[in-house]
Amino acid sequence: MRNSGFKILTEALTGNKGWKANWRQPTPKSAYDVIIVGAGGHGLATAYYLAKEFDITNVAVLEKGWIGSGNVGRNTTIIRSNYMLPGNEPFYEWSMKLWEGLEQDLNYNVMVSQRGILNLFHNDPQRDTFIRRGNAMRLAGADAVLLDREDVQKMCPFFDFNSSRFPIKGGLLQPRGGTVRHDAVAWGYARKGDELGVDILQNCEVQSFMIEGGVCKGVETTKGSIKAKKVAVCVAGSSGRVMAMAGIRVPIESHVMQAFVSEALKPVIPGVVTFGAGHFYVSQSDKGGLVFGGDIDGYNSYAQRGNLPVVEDVCEGGMAIMPMIGRARILRMWGGTVDMSMDGSPFIDKTHIEGLYFNGGWCYGGFKATPASGWCYAHLLANEKPHEVASEFRLDRFSRGHIIDEKGMGAQPNLH
Amino acid sequence: MSQINRISGGLIDRDKTLNFKFDGRVFEGHPGDTLASALLANGQRLVGRSFKYHRPRGIVTAGSEEPNALVQLRRGAHQEPNTRATETELFEGLEATSQNHRGSLKYDLMAVNDLLSPFLTAGFYYKTFMWPKGFWEKVYEPAIRASAGLGRLSGEPDPDTYDKGFLHCDILIIGGGAAGLSAALTAGRSGARVILAEENFRMGGRLIAETLELGGMSGTEWVTETLAELTAMTNLRFMPRTTVYGAFDHGIYGTLERMTDHLSSNEQKPRQVLWRIYSKRAILCAGATERLIAFGNNDRPGVMLAGATRAYVNRWAVTPGQRIAIFTNNNDGWRTATDLTEKGVEVTAVVDTRDGPARVTPSGASVVMGGRIIDTKGRHGIRSLTLSNGQTIPADCLAVSGGWNPNVHLTCHQGGRPVWRDDIAAFTPGDNLPVGMTVAGAANGSLGLAGALAEGGKAGNVATQDIGYSRSNYTAPKTEEEAVGISAFWYVKESRQRSWLDLQNDVTIKDVQLACQEGFSAVEHMKRYTTLGMATDQGKMANVPALAVLAECTNKSIPDTGTTVFRPPYSPVSIGAFAGRSRGNDFRPYRLTPSHDWAVEQSAVFVETGMWLRARWFPQPGETHWRQHVDREVLQTRKSVGVCDVTTLGKIDIQGRDAPAFLNSVYANAFGKLAVGKVRYGLMLREDGIAMDDGTTARLSEKRFVMTTTTANAVSVFRHLEFCRQCLWPGMDVHVISATEQFAQYSVAGPNSRRLLGRLVDPEFDISNEAFPFMACAEITVCGGTPARLFRISFSGELAYEIAVPTRYGDALIRVLIAAGEPFDVVPYGTEALSVMRIEKGHPAGGELNGQTTAHDLGMGRLLSKSTDYIGNTLRQRPGLNFEDRPTLMGFRPVDRSTNLTAGAHIIAKGKEATMENDEGWISSVASSPTLKYSIGLGFIKRGSRRLGDVIRVVNPLKGEDVEAEIVSPHFFDPDGERLRV
Amino acid sequence: MIIDHPLLGPRDVSEFVYLGDASLINRPDSQNENAAKHFYEYLYLRENPAGEHRELWYHEHGDRSWLVVTRDTLTHKITRVELARDTALAAGRNK
Repeated sequence: MRNSGFKILTEALTGNKGWKANWRQPTPKSAYDVIIVGAGGHGLATAYYLAKEFDITNVAVLEKGWIGSGNVGRNTTIIRSNYMLPGNEPFYEWSMKLWEGLEQDLNYNVMVSQRGILNLFHNDPQRDTFIRRGNAMRLAGADAVLLDREDVQKMCPFFDFNSSRFPIKGGLLQPRGGTVRHDAVAWGYARKGDELGVDILQNCEVQSFMIEGGVCKGVETTKGSIKAKKVAVCVAGSSGRVMAMAGIRVPIESHVMQAFVSEALKPVIPGVVTFGAGHFYVSQSDKGGLVFGGDIDGYNSYAQRGNLPVVEDVCEGGMAIMPMIGRARILRMWGGTVDMSMDGSPFIDKTHIEGLYFNGGWCYGGFKATPASGWCYAHLLANEKPHEVASEFRLDRFSRGHIIDEKGMGAQPNLH
Repeated sequence: MSQINRISGGLIDRDKTLNFKFDGRVFEGHPGDTLASALLANGQRLVGRSFKYHRPRGIVTAGSEEPNALVQLRRGAHQEPNTRATETELFEGLEATSQNHRGSLKYDLMAVNDLLSPFLTAGFYYKTFMWPKGFWEKVYEPAIRASAGLGRLSGEPDPDTYDKGFLHCDILIIGGGAAGLSAALTAGRSGARVILAEENFRMGGRLIAETLELGGMSGTEWVTETLAELTAMTNLRFMPRTTVYGAFDHGIYGTLERMTDHLSSNEQKPRQVLWRIYSKRAILCAGATERLIAFGNNDRPGVMLAGATRAYVNRWAVTPGQRIAIFTNNNDGWRTATDLTEKGVEVTAVVDTRDGPARVTPSGASVVMGGRIIDTKGRHGIRSLTLSNGQTIPADCLAVSGGWNPNVHLTCHQGGRPVWRDDIAAFTPGDNLPVGMTVAGAANGSLGLAGALAEGGKAGNVATQDIGYSRSNYTAPKTEEEAVGISAFWYVKESRQRSWLDLQNDVTIKDVQLACQEGFSAVEHMKRYTTLGMATDQGKMANVPALAVLAECTNKSIPDTGTTVFRPPYSPVSIGAFAGRSRGNDFRPYRLTPSHDWAVEQSAVFVETGMWLRARWFPQPGETHWRQHVDREVLQTRKSVGVCDVTTLGKIDIQGRDAPAFLNSVYANAFGKLAVGKVRYGLMLREDGIAMDDGTTARLSEKRFVMTTTTANAVSVFRHLEFCRQCLWPGMDVHVISATEQFAQYSVAGPNSRRLLGRLVDPEFDISNEAFPFMACAEITVCGGTPARLFRISFSGELAYEIAVPTRYGDALIRVLIAAGEPFDVVPYGTEALSVMRIEKGHPAGGELNGQTTAHDLGMGRLLSKSTDYIGNTLRQRPGLNFEDRPTLMGFRPVDRSTNLTAGAHIIAKGKEATMENDEGWISSVASSPTLKYSIGLGFIKRGSRRLGDVIRVVNPLKGEDVEAEIVSPHFFDPDGERLRV
Repeated sequence: MIIDHPLLGPRDVSEFVYLGDASLINRPDSQNENAAKHFYEYLYLRENPAGEHRELWYHEHGDRSWLVVTRDTLTHKITRVELARDTALAAGRNK
């Protein structure tokens, strides 16, 4: 069923009776070519690209709850490709390009809104690091603009330019950065994947992997055994728990990341803004809520909730940079579980068990990676070799020493 | 026509009149009023517009659950968007304006959306606005953004202050209604430390809103008597106007106290205080929230919760209308009829969804049992309602009771799930409560007064006994137990008109049904697709009825359908309160060096280095550009002598028999054989083999060392050393302590530095080149007995010393140094000159030690200790950290000496395209060298050391720069270190 | 959160800095022939349970003790707090 303005018109005049379910509720088949564990953004994108780009349609996506119930349903919706290292930048730029055509591709308005992302700097060393990063982006074909203080003031006159504590010196702007309506990404991929024949199995929790002689042959679920030629795990936030069922330890810690949304307000903030001297970033949704966050709480947790020190730290950063938001109110705060990897970069790789694949370790930045992650994972599943832009995202990179550490924090997940 | 709806009684002070403005019109009210009660008193029914369809909206509740009556309060920088009129205490001169309309509130141009509603169904925007490509961002989205949002920020800095505080108690009681006051009585009488927090400005909850009798008194009288006892207790802290907004781990409750929001002016006091309350036990007595029944056009101004209607009539002496009809599915509707009749307000109808006999029949009222309202009429407020039997009833207010939802929110903040109770058709707290929390009264599903009193008293006793206090005597006052008698009824199926569930976000029954039809049948899907429950009230009224509609669509029971997750805050909390005083110049504390005051006297310009403020340069009269300051400071230091405050470097005192072995293990280069009286450069690795920090360590005696770290890593290095000492090698006899704050330290650099120091070092200490050579250190005295440490180390590349004295002498020492240096034209130099000289000398700093580089990358491979087991030694040998192509540290200078290098630029071979594939490295630090008179840079380039003399391009696409540069040794100045040793 | 310091009593979590899995105490022997593998596993493959977790916290704004805290990552409930030095000694680390 195609979405169109005409369809909306005719439906409106006939009582909106003709809208169909966006995805079927199929009963599991006994076997699939590929089973994807986890119907989050990445899992659903993987299924869609498997079907569309690689003609593998005998695919099931298994979800223990409802689709999009993980981090794609719980994030601050930012997209950007402002990375520095060659292991990362081409991947995220590829993701950005996929975002840019996603609505037409999916025939679903996921509201890609490239209003720009501005990272502020406050001293010369920070500026120099941003210049290095901005140039790396430009060399990789992405967009980046260096702003001085006056440029920033023109763009965001509401910043506190009077404070002498960490004064704003300028910023690195990626004009193509922005936000996307996060839930719609999951729904859009699910709807189109389903149309291409993918079975989306909600409330179907994987309880164990069928591993025989070092080969993964399927999964046991709450809806029975399902065989598969390939099983692709895609459960960021729960990676450690799920991979443990296959006896695999992954270089990942699970941490809580909090985020916040304010009451709806008339538009005040143009794009995405990040503060360089505190832990604060913000954008404003189409509905008017300020969507913001900061650091992770910093301790291992699966509790999906955080604590007050980080809430206060984030708001302090917000008030330091834009004291006009003092009278805006936080409407809702939430915590999600994120896969913090040992160098802050993700994994899209085979495991040492034949037929078992792993995608995870997205830290707090998995949302923007959704399209490329799905595409590259599908590529790996279809071709048995990594996509060229994801070739560094290997599980064995730490033993080899090929770390991708954008921040230079080392094996300290809570600092990435 | 002042206060046409004001009636007798109530808890307002009629002796005083308060003037206020709404949308520019002047009204009157009284102390004790809320903005909502005062607007109702003045007959103002229309107060706002809904989010999506811009439908007229009126006051619907009397509390923090209000979805409609949101106003822009106050003016200018003090204006506060989305403020609930129902919680806003009236004060003299209050100014409020309505929100979310274009044109006047009454004639909102955006109301055209309402006519388009068949097209604007749930999720319509996901299905359109995609053509032509690019129009979403250029046309559709800007239009949507412009019409979205409710209130408006002033755009100016928030002029108010906010404070934060910590409170500790045995028992926190949340809510000051019947249950909370009873709990306070028993808990307070036991002697335990109790905090009683109530979100309203007046304690009492429903007791002051109803006409219930208890112990022979009215509710208000009982509250007054109880408060008299409680306020006399010294162990009990009263906190009205205080919302406990979140339950956090280990008994910590996030709490907001509104200090001056109810005053015309804050009189320089903080506006709000954010308390963190640390409790041993908490008793949740948060009451319950009433909900509507959905029926056609149930959103018109004048449609109000029945409980709110009673509150306005009883507490605020205001009738919301002159002719009021009632729609109910439980006994509360009848209580409303009785209260209204007693106050002399005309009741036009009582429509009860239940069958059976009428309980009372107010005179002149139509009583319809088993009745259904299918529609209402009235453009800017309800005028009449229509029943399914065709009857039309006039009414300017419709009081609706659809039953009560216990306020279980805080019980769910730590993952608890509420459980459904059919008898009251509501969710009640589950058994997975936050540790230490109990629930009493209506919040616990005990919706009657007797139950609330008994449960509250008992909960107070149980909690105090739990933590070792004795039980106190308490007899709940006698009261009539009234059955709720609810028969679940969620919406009128016979209605053909839109029936609202979420009044603010305009979500109707049809939207929920459509979501279900489209596959969004999981409760979270439905919520996200329709936006139900996502408005400023977080669905306090709407969630449960919507769940019931969804349950029907999916043929499931309500508990099987689920419930959405309650997250903090219980009601919205201002961002300013969370930030407290940490904003502007007080965002973070300043660390100042001992020479700070002196530097201010010298007109130094400061730069922020972490929390520190350091002198960046010292401008002299006649200089107009920062380069002039820096060049002069560098040249004069290299020519004669300069002084720089280096106190900010981390200083760690390391003592113990095993201190040498300890240093040998934490540094990557050997330290075991460092002689007493000597200093050595040290490179520290992380366990992953990447360089962590560098600095010097001096051996003051057999068992005592002093380590310096970089300013940036002072804290993390010290933490790391403590980790090594306590966790890895607990058997070592070694102790470490940070002495960064305890010593002031100055670098004295330049050919005349020894002569300068000679003027203040006490004569018994020989600092000649022979007695005190390069890399020597000693504990000495200066200026006639002041203890000091002298290190002959150099960051600048000159003959140089660092001298440290106890911090209290730091200010004196800088003055002495400058005075002693007068004959040599000594120059104070700042961080910029420091940086220029270290780049000239080729020392790595932050740009090079960036957490991504190895000892080999930094050109220090030869330094690595061959034999010992130091931190990082094993993993640094991984192939990925040692392959041939890894960029290594080199020096760069432009071929055309008049051009400049830029830090952050990348390196591309001549003739190659500037792409990532051709990227060979980057420039990490640059300086305009006054010594060499051209721009120099440090940077990392693939196979660097083998390419000495090659010419490459330094490209900076961000600024359009493309400069040819020569690869040189990173040691631009005095590469053999001759100047150090003279 | 509140950490009940064995020497100082209950302290707010904001006084502490987190490191992670307490196995970081068990630094491998660099002389072992499999040292490279052992160090890789030691540094990168940490315990990450959904449930009881033994983890290192540092009392940075306090007495500078490293602590081993036993905390449930699902509920954040803390059941045990020890001085890491004691734990390390008990584990036979006495270099």
